[in-house]
Amino acid sequence: MAQARASKSTSSAASSGDFPPFSQKHLLSIADLKQHEIVDLLDRAERMVPVSRQERKSHPTLSGKTQINLFFEPSTRTQGSFEIAGKRLGALVMNMSVKTSSVSKGETLVDTAATLNAMRPDVIVVRHSAAGAVELLSQKVGCAVINAGDGAHEHPTQALLDALTIRNHKGRISGLTVAICGDIANSRVVRSNLLLLGALNVRTRVIAPRNLLPAGIEHLATEVFTDMREGLKDADVVMMLRLQHERANGRMIPSVREYYRFYGLDAEKLAFAKPDAIVMHPGPMNRGVEIDPAIADGPASVITDQVEMGVAVRMAVLDALLPARNSEGNAA
Amino acid sequence: MTRPLLIENARIVNPASGTDSKGAVLIENGLVSDIALGAPIGIPDGAEVINAKGLILAPGLIDMRVFTGEPGKEYRETLASAGEAAAAGGVTSFVMMPDTSPVVDDGALVDFLIRRAKATSKVNVLPAGAITKGLAGQEMTEFGLLKEAGAVCLTDGRQSIQSSALLRTVMSYAANYGMTVVHHVSDQSLTGDGVMNEGLFATILGLKGIPREAETIPLARDLQLAALTGATYHAAQISCAASVELMAAAKKRNKSVTSGVSINNLALNENDIGRYRTFFKLGTPLRSEDDRQAVIEGLRSGAIDTIHSDHDPQDTEVKRQPFAEASDGAIGLETLLAAALRLHHSGDVALMTILRAMTSRPAEILGLPSGRIAKGAPADLILVDLDYPWQVSERDLRSRSRNTSFEGARLGGKVMRTIVGGETVFEHVD
Repeated sequence: MAQARASKSTSSAASSGDFPPFSQKHLLSIADLKQHEIVDLLDRAERMVPVSRQERKSHPTLSGKTQINLFFEPSTRTQGSFEIAGKRLGALVMNMSVKTSSVSKGETLVDTAATLNAMRPDVIVVRHSAAGAVELLSQKVGCAVINAGDGAHEHPTQALLDALTIRNHKGRISGLTVAICGDIANSRVVRSNLLLLGALNVRTRVIAPRNLLPAGIEHLATEVFTDMREGLKDADVVMMLRLQHERANGRMIPSVREYYRFYGLDAEKLAFAKPDAIVMHPGPMNRGVEIDPAIADGPASVITDQVEMGVAVRMAVLDALLPARNSEGNAA
Repeated sequence: MTRPLLIENARIVNPASGTDSKGAVLIENGLVSDIALGAPIGIPDGAEVINAKGLILAPGLIDMRVFTGEPGKEYRETLASAGEAAAAGGVTSFVMMPDTSPVVDDGALVDFLIRRAKATSKVNVLPAGAITKGLAGQEMTEFGLLKEAGAVCLTDGRQSIQSSALLRTVMSYAANYGMTVVHHVSDQSLTGDGVMNEGLFATILGLKGIPREAETIPLARDLQLAALTGATYHAAQISCAASVELMAAAKKRNKSVTSGVSINNLALNENDIGRYRTFFKLGTPLRSEDDRQAVIEGLRSGAIDTIHSDHDPQDTEVKRQPFAEASDGAIGLETLLAAALRLHHSGDVALMTILRAMTSRPAEILGLPSGRIAKGAPADLILVDLDYPWQVSERDLRSRSRNTSFEGARLGGKVMRTIVGGETVFEHVD
């Protein structure tokens, strides 16, 4: 890891040939990754950071490759991030937004997979509202598949970009205390993060009202809190989650104002965390619902860094999954 | 008039009488006409003789919960294809759920199904009548007319009646005609959009869970209503430890309540879902291993009376979907017996108990003359090789749908011959 950080000072990205071949065909979940593969992806991503900081933001290891972004759920930032990542690597990127995830009308997911497969893409980036949908699609295509979020299951690139952001700010990941607060029950970001951080020996905490904590969560997080102040005590990292507005309609949460009072991050609650704690949010944020705007835009916030690391992580993942480079026959 | 048939040199296992003894059975005119235990039996003139060579001779199985696709969804299953699968699985009678298109909520449809099944199915098809019109859970059907037409019980199949008041009326009125109410216990609002057992495993998969209370709350209500109304009540399929306790407690006070369990909940648990395997997505979800052990204990103790296949043919189109979007259900007619025999081979449940739950108990609950080996009873019989090893392959199954939850499973025990009304309808060929 020290080597990789040192590479930050180099002016251009090193060739991905410096890394041993990545052993996975797809990136479907953090659960599939071994610890060394996680660290490998973070190191690769580290090398990609400078590419986007250059004037000429190009590192065309994927030239001649086709990347399809298949989004069954709308997403501005994740889709945009994958698109920029693919384009900076020189891939031909096509965006397909499928308005409905319902299968009742028209073709099924498996049909869609077969259709896209026939177009011979090299990688498909998929977001779908149903847990397991991306894995199902991966079984029906010949190319690499990246999970850009499947239901409440996983969002592996989010967890990787979060980890890279943490590592850059804290110098390490192992041994830190990371508190994740919000709608734990319905969040794919939480699941991927708990798996990734758990693999890297992080003390993980989840904080939420009881009805937003899923069954068995105590087996996935190191500690579980319903009191936010207790949960934030001495945390190195505070990760806030978006509260879907539709959950604050009296059926899950009585009101936004009550939620904000007890689970919104403000200066008073943040003071329980370590003085140098960083504040993260996967976006899009609801200012005044789960986070005080002054915190979101304040000195502890690393939210825009997360977005930048997102591009680097996605470049690294694309680069790692598409091994046959130099289609023109150039030597690596 | 067909020739008399003598099955000799068999190990007769007859749960109705508790018999487990070497012997022979004589069949004449579709009925069992004589049983000889130990001693040889006289061979009538012109009789066909089958040497069972020590195989088990048991009553044919009665499966209390089978979904077909006829009428309306014949591409999933017809009475004929379900009959083929049943015969190969040793099921000589099955109760057909009413959720066809149209719904079996009218005596005329019961009559049609009985005639149609006689013409096309190798085994006895026993139509169940819907409790409510269109299975909508609102208005009662004509229980008396359904019974006259031949419906063996009342059920809304996979639908659960939510209104306690309606269910009270249903139970009272069904008791009037001596009809058993077979009810799927599921609280709709607690089930919500849950798709598997609630717990750590659902959380890891990111799938919405179904709490056990979605089963135990309506079950507790049903048992109280059964006591209140004096109805004969059968909880269609229970899946968890707390339900077994509720049944055991209720049975101490009320002899008219019984319960069933799907072979899936006896043989499998939630971990079988693995990575979103939709053939394990079932209307009554697979629960934890602790719950599976509890239903096995319930079977031993008598809290659970019957085992059924919950045979539910679904085509590839609706199964090859993301887990939450896939249809519920798995086929099971052909694997029912062998999967249940796992409990015998593992020493968990006595062979007699297992067979009783699929023969004489369902017959008693439904008031059928079959399910036993007795003079004058229908000659619905099976010859079983208890130890025959085989591996389930969807390609070999006779159902029109392929959604088995036992694909690749190695099972011990197979039906070698199935006899319905004295006629051999299936014979195993190696």
